[in-house]
Amino acid sequence: MIKRLTLLLLLAGIGSLFAGLVLTYVPDETLNLTASYYAERTAEDLGAANIVTAIIVTYRGLDTLGEVTVLFLTAAIVGLVLARGKETAGKPQRQLPPPGELLTTGTRLLLPLILLFGAYVFSHGHLTPGGGFQGGAILASAMLLLLLSNPARRFSHRLITLVESTAGISFVFIGILGILLAGGFLDNRILPTGTFGELFSAGAIPLIYTLVGLKVGAEFSSMLVSLSETEEL
Amino acid sequence: MALIAMITGFLLILIGLYGALSNRNILRMIVAFSVANTGVNMVLVAVGYMKGRTAPILDEAVPAAEAASRIIDPVPQALVLTAIVIGVGVTALMLAYAYKLYEKKGSLDISEHTELKW
Repeated sequence: MIKRLTLLLLLAGIGSLFAGLVLTYVPDETLNLTASYYAERTAEDLGAANIVTAIIVTYRGLDTLGEVTVLFLTAAIVGLVLARGKETAGKPQRQLPPPGELLTTGTRLLLPLILLFGAYVFSHGHLTPGGGFQGGAILASAMLLLLLSNPARRFSHRLITLVESTAGISFVFIGILGILLAGGFLDNRILPTGTFGELFSAGAIPLIYTLVGLKVGAEFSSMLVSLSETEEL
Repeated sequence: MALIAMITGFLLILIGLYGALSNRNILRMIVAFSVANTGVNMVLVAVGYMKGRTAPILDEAVPAAEAASRIIDPVPQALVLTAIVIGVGVTALMLAYAYKLYEKKGSLDISEHTELKW
């Protein structure tokens, strides 16, 4: 009882802080200095139509590299924490009921479409809403569908690790090429910026986002696979 | 409009905190943390919203020359994109640890796990 009362008091306190924030909030009328710099310079300097992508991949590219690293660490720790000893791996498995015609056929039909959509989303990140992280999550959802249709399915950890580490190393390599050939680390102008609004434009942004998409897809898949392998079969 | 999104976001944070502090089941606490996380993201996106403006993507409707007066703030959107991805990572880590705790004690009740209690 006392616990609940303390909890409600605490929430009322935080709630009144939030209320103060909301009541005194005045929305900006114009963009602030940083935002208007991005709005004015993106098309001319980087050739990217999607300003959010330009910020994430080029202006704050180092942060994205850090973010991908955090994601890699998370996937590695999930794998480490859930790693099973050799002795449990070989124990007799329970017979699972069949997944059903609808799920099996649905998976077969949808899997290539989902993968194609994921690739579309991360390769068009500089033109449309979307990008590497969203596309990677879509790729991983295809993996989830496969796991749903057959929970006993096992994926090759080696393949996932290979895709992930290749994409990561290429990402850093493109960043270093930016120092050598253009203005600085992760500068996208190592390739010509091309015609504004076309698929092969905005320099290295589509390339970097494709790599990020593959890496994020591999990391999410590795988390899903690690979590699914804990299932008692 | 932005105000509604902001108030909803703050409410979600409060609901998430209440859920995390009042539940004893670890899985329910993880769900509550995800709800609070969503609330934080909503508040951040709402801060970047400006009345009468459009998404920060340049095309025929929003030519690059008028971009600064036609688009909303792109920086909070980039921030939230990062926050969502990290949120997924944090949730996955919490689930992995919850599984480990369950494996050890056979229970997801937080009051059974007293090793770090003083």
